[in-house]
Amino acid sequence: MTLDHADELVVPEGQPPSATGRRTFWHRFAQDRFAVAGAVTVVVYVVVALFAPLITRLLGVDPYTYDLAALDATGAPAGWGGGISAEHWFGVEPLTGRDLFAIVLMGSRTSLVVGIGATVVSMFIGTVLGLLAGYLGGWVDWVVSRGVDIMLGLPALIFMIAIGAVAPESFPRLLLLVLVIGVFSWSSVARVVRGQALGLRSRGFVRASQALGAGHGHVLFRQVLPNLAATVVVFATISIPGAIGAEAALSFLGVGVPPPTPSWGRSIGDAVTWFSSDPMYLVFPGLALFGITLALNAFGDGLRDALDPRSGGRQ
Amino acid sequence: MNALRFVGTRLTSMVFVLLAVSLLTYAIFVLLPADPAQLACGRPCTPERLETARAFMGLDQNFLVQWWNFVTGIFTGRTFGSAGAEITCPAPCLGYSFVLRQPVTDLIVGRLPVTFSIALGAAVLWLLAGVAAGVVAAVRRGTTVDRAIMVTAITGVSAPSYLVGLLGILLFGFTLDMVPVNGYVPFTTSPVDWAWHLVLPWCVLAFLSAAIYARLTRAQMLDALGSEYVRTARAKGITERRVVTRHALRNVMVPVVTLFGLDLGVLLGGTVITEKVFSMAGLGALLLDAVGNTDVPLLVGVTFFSAALIVVANLLVDVVYGVMDPRVRA
Repeated sequence: MTLDHADELVVPEGQPPSATGRRTFWHRFAQDRFAVAGAVTVVVYVVVALFAPLITRLLGVDPYTYDLAALDATGAPAGWGGGISAEHWFGVEPLTGRDLFAIVLMGSRTSLVVGIGATVVSMFIGTVLGLLAGYLGGWVDWVVSRGVDIMLGLPALIFMIAIGAVAPESFPRLLLLVLVIGVFSWSSVARVVRGQALGLRSRGFVRASQALGAGHGHVLFRQVLPNLAATVVVFATISIPGAIGAEAALSFLGVGVPPPTPSWGRSIGDAVTWFSSDPMYLVFPGLALFGITLALNAFGDGLRDALDPRSGGRQ
Repeated sequence: MNALRFVGTRLTSMVFVLLAVSLLTYAIFVLLPADPAQLACGRPCTPERLETARAFMGLDQNFLVQWWNFVTGIFTGRTFGSAGAEITCPAPCLGYSFVLRQPVTDLIVGRLPVTFSIALGAAVLWLLAGVAAGVVAAVRRGTTVDRAIMVTAITGVSAPSYLVGLLGILLFGFTLDMVPVNGYVPFTTSPVDWAWHLVLPWCVLAFLSAAIYARLTRAQMLDALGSEYVRTARAKGITERRVVTRHALRNVMVPVVTLFGLDLGVLLGGTVITEKVFSMAGLGALLLDAVGNTDVPLLVGVTFFSAALIVVANLLVDVVYGVMDPRVRA
């Protein structure tokens, strides 16, 4: 009972009470218009992704139905701007005539699912290993730190491509992408968490907790981890665009999401053979991908700057 | 002496890292059930033929034995199959592609000039452009120039390289007809054509990473410009240009070089995408071919080679770093 409040008994020096800290944090964040715009854009993307099936059904389009009538004799979309019409807002896909608006809309689900899923995986692995390494020290720290060194240096994209090739066909592809991208991106968060846990280990409230007889598990997850939550959340926000980019890059190279599941990266990859005659097929998925990445980067930067103004780019 | 010991310790740890990486690579590909023997065995694939194929490729052995054969093969070469129908793979042997009927090493060596040309040029460009932009932004902090550089930087970080590449081809290649849009000309054939074909790939690959370096350099430079040693330098009456380039930049370069070492893997990954966008037959194209053919020995070879390349390059960065900043040797 008293153990849970051990951190309040020993007020860390030079640390403002957390309520005030939180208020200045949001205040600083709200000052950063670029970051706020990013946050709003992210929310719009998430809402669109959530309601994508509903929106496409209301408009009477879907990303799977062929519409050969929208194509000309060469298989390119007929008409202006890649076949933009009242029926097909973003035009159609070359060769199949599938509605590009529906593909882009439904593609947001693929991007966000893989982006968020992979980040959850990498944050989980990174936080647990970093916590253990920083808190326990000794050989655990040695092993984790060497692992981080090796993982940080590896050409991750090359490993991901190669693994995509040898993974069994029966394994669900989206899950594979989530796992592979997650497993190859935990190292940087592990390093940061390790550093912070190392610093927290010798702090008064942790030592007090240990002195009161708390076990390692309690100290790690009830005392140390809550102090790292802000760092991990910011790090996760910064990591999501990277994971989204990795999914798109793999799909672009043809080793990511298989057709007909909509994916922005794969559409851009398919557009390579078409973009001299049909640039719109490249532009719409490209803009969608660029937009979410930019918004998440702006949002993540704003969070980081608000948390640690010294790290900031824009002051 | 001290420097020699520093290099020595780094070399030893490099050997261990390389062994770990090779084991990891081998584990990934052997433990995943894509059986190269099954693919090479042909139809009809009777159990006996499959057994023969497995024995021929050395896949009938224990996983650790296979891995050890792979490692020793790098130094001593290997022979597949038995007398009469044997295939030799001379050292340094990174495996043998039974699909392409060529040693993996030969395949890799054939592709290296393309990948190195792309990667080195892009790296030089990104370091120069990134650091220069960051320094300018920091010195002109708060001005329109600073804002413009930082907006370009966050755009660069967010734009996928293939998208920038394709738009670059569309604009400079097709519309303006300024630069060639694909293909590779060997340096030995014509250095001018070589560079001319690589201008666009370099810019595209450098743009993204330069953005990250511009942001890092700017932040570090602002820190340095506010520090006491810079104030001392200014108080001595040195020109501002000299303060920035000689005094501040030297310290700024330390984290930049650290990041560069870590980004070599990103650079190599970026060349895979760049090669695909600009239709160049480099290491990345070889890897994608191997993926298309499920050519497992080639996959293992290319992946391990790429990782080893990064580990060795990191060692070089570390040594340069140690020379630049003697403090890190301790």
